[in-house]
Amino acid sequence: MSGNGDSTSRRALVALGRDPLAVTGGVVLVLLVVAGLAGSWLAPAGINEVDVDRMLQPPSWAHPFGTDELGRDVLSRVLVAARVSLQVGAVSVGIALLAGVTLGLFAGYYQGWLDNVLMRCMDVLFAFPVLLLAVAIVAVLGPGLRTAMVAIGVVYTPIFARVTRAGVLSVREQVFVRAAVATGASDLRIMRRHVLPNIAAPLIVQTSLSLAFAILSEAALSFLGLGVQPPEPAWGRMLYDGRGFVTDAWWLGFFPGAAIFLTVLAFNLVGDALRDVLDPRQLTVSEARRNAG
Amino acid sequence: MTDEAVLSVADLTVTIGTRRGAARAVAGVDWSVRAGQTLALVGESGSGKSMSVLAATGLAPRAARVTGDVRLLGTDLATLSAARRRRMRGRHVGFVFQDPMTSLNPVLTVGRQIGEASEAHLGLTRRAARARAIEMLELVGIPSAAERVDAYPHQLSGGMRQRAVIAMALVCEPDLLIADEPTTALDVTTQAQIVELVADLQRRLGTAVVWISHDLGVVAGLADTVAVMYGGRIVEQGAVDAVFAEPAHPYTAALLAARPDPDANVTELVTIPGTPPSPLELPEGCAFWPRCSVRGDSRCERELPPLVPVAAGHQVRTFYPRQPTGEDR
Repeated sequence: MSGNGDSTSRRALVALGRDPLAVTGGVVLVLLVVAGLAGSWLAPAGINEVDVDRMLQPPSWAHPFGTDELGRDVLSRVLVAARVSLQVGAVSVGIALLAGVTLGLFAGYYQGWLDNVLMRCMDVLFAFPVLLLAVAIVAVLGPGLRTAMVAIGVVYTPIFARVTRAGVLSVREQVFVRAAVATGASDLRIMRRHVLPNIAAPLIVQTSLSLAFAILSEAALSFLGLGVQPPEPAWGRMLYDGRGFVTDAWWLGFFPGAAIFLTVLAFNLVGDALRDVLDPRQLTVSEARRNAG
Repeated sequence: MTDEAVLSVADLTVTIGTRRGAARAVAGVDWSVRAGQTLALVGESGSGKSMSVLAATGLAPRAARVTGDVRLLGTDLATLSAARRRRMRGRHVGFVFQDPMTSLNPVLTVGRQIGEASEAHLGLTRRAARARAIEMLELVGIPSAAERVDAYPHQLSGGMRQRAVIAMALVCEPDLLIADEPTTALDVTTQAQIVELVADLQRRLGTAVVWISHDLGVVAGLADTVAVMYGGRIVEQGAVDAVFAEPAHPYTAALLAARPDPDANVTELVTIPGTPPSPLELPEGCAFWPRCSVRGDSRCERELPPLVPVAAGHQVRTFYPRQPTGEDR
């Protein structure tokens, strides 16, 4: 972005660093990304190394997370599955962000019939329960990782469209937008330079929260057998496979479940902290509050 | 005279469709401003002073219907496409709005905002636009401009922000500066500095200025010509000295009389009784008639007085112009 944006992002980072919850969330996310990038490398065993002699072994030094009903190392599978979750989160939220922000921006900026048509379409999507809609889309496109990502992206588009439109509606009435119109700036330029930066804070927060929900949705779809197909590991799928052994082998469901829980929690913590520090106006307020207290 | 006018407006009418019917915000207005000159548009809220300028520059709200002849630098704006009109306005007209707190984008540095128009209209690179912004900040008298260029609006005081807004308006060296009550939101000492700044820049750059205000004191010290508006029409216009020395319209006279005199020991301020007419139901005759102290006869109620000259370059819209007394200041 702008050369001067550096100081803002630096100050935001400093403010984030002073928030213990944000730091905790950040550390978990970093670990997650490391697992996602180097999971198959870090994993002590191959994800599909079947060993019938070592079926359903509880956690031990050799297998810290235990083994599953086919004798596969659960730790390795959880690590490798991080990549799937991150990929689904990033791609599906990316789709939702791109589509939702574009639609919301145009709807809010031009208003009138365009606004009505676009937002009523969003309302229709919004009216369906998230998972039901995702299941319907996967049913049409066929199960698999790629369609799961598209489905989750479509499902979360209306949220971004609404958040964007709400922000645009308030920003576009500001005098500085009228001033930009007066200086002869084109509509696209005004949207990009004046409107979008002013609604960035709620969008970034929404993004981090949606990442959490997208990962949850993927887990749910995989749990239902509509996402990642076996033998590829995915947290939701592992949870599903482990549900039959809850009483005998708790580690089958516990570790993938814990991974989902920690990931979602980390995104939420970071999202909340970002909300507090991102706005340059609020930045000074939160700094002042911190200095005073 | 119209040939050399930077902006001229003839028979400008603005009608705004509302749920309660058509509101005539501006009803047939003529004015023009020449290079290096300042035209002051004076009137109460809702008199149509801002709307006439916004409509002339193509910034009227979408619900407004604008008719009349508007020429910017001799070009009839109505003949241009929307995009050409936008570019012409951006290149040749600068705007300063009332409230410097809200007319700057809070998440962009002042340097970026000042430089933006020069990137768009003069084709400067980002780096050149930044240098130009520093130059502009120096021009409008902001100290340590090279540092302030990276400041965000909330880091500047109100007066400095208005200076930054003026820098933004002048960055493309426009032929016309439109100042819509630029001092209203500022405290009195800052007001004086801003007025002085605009006058100084105008002398140096030869810019034409349209100054919209309800502050007669500011207008007296700044404008060359003044147009007093009431109910969407010009009720009196002329050279500022002539109009202020010998106001011919009862409304102008009442406005001038309502100015508080800091020397007089008064306990009560002079006011004009009543309220301005709603643009939804403008009276058939003289709009000021219900509040007029002269209150001629039923002719004022029925018939719209024409704009007639009372002296060279001094016109007034009343059947009963006040006789010059020389004591009206």
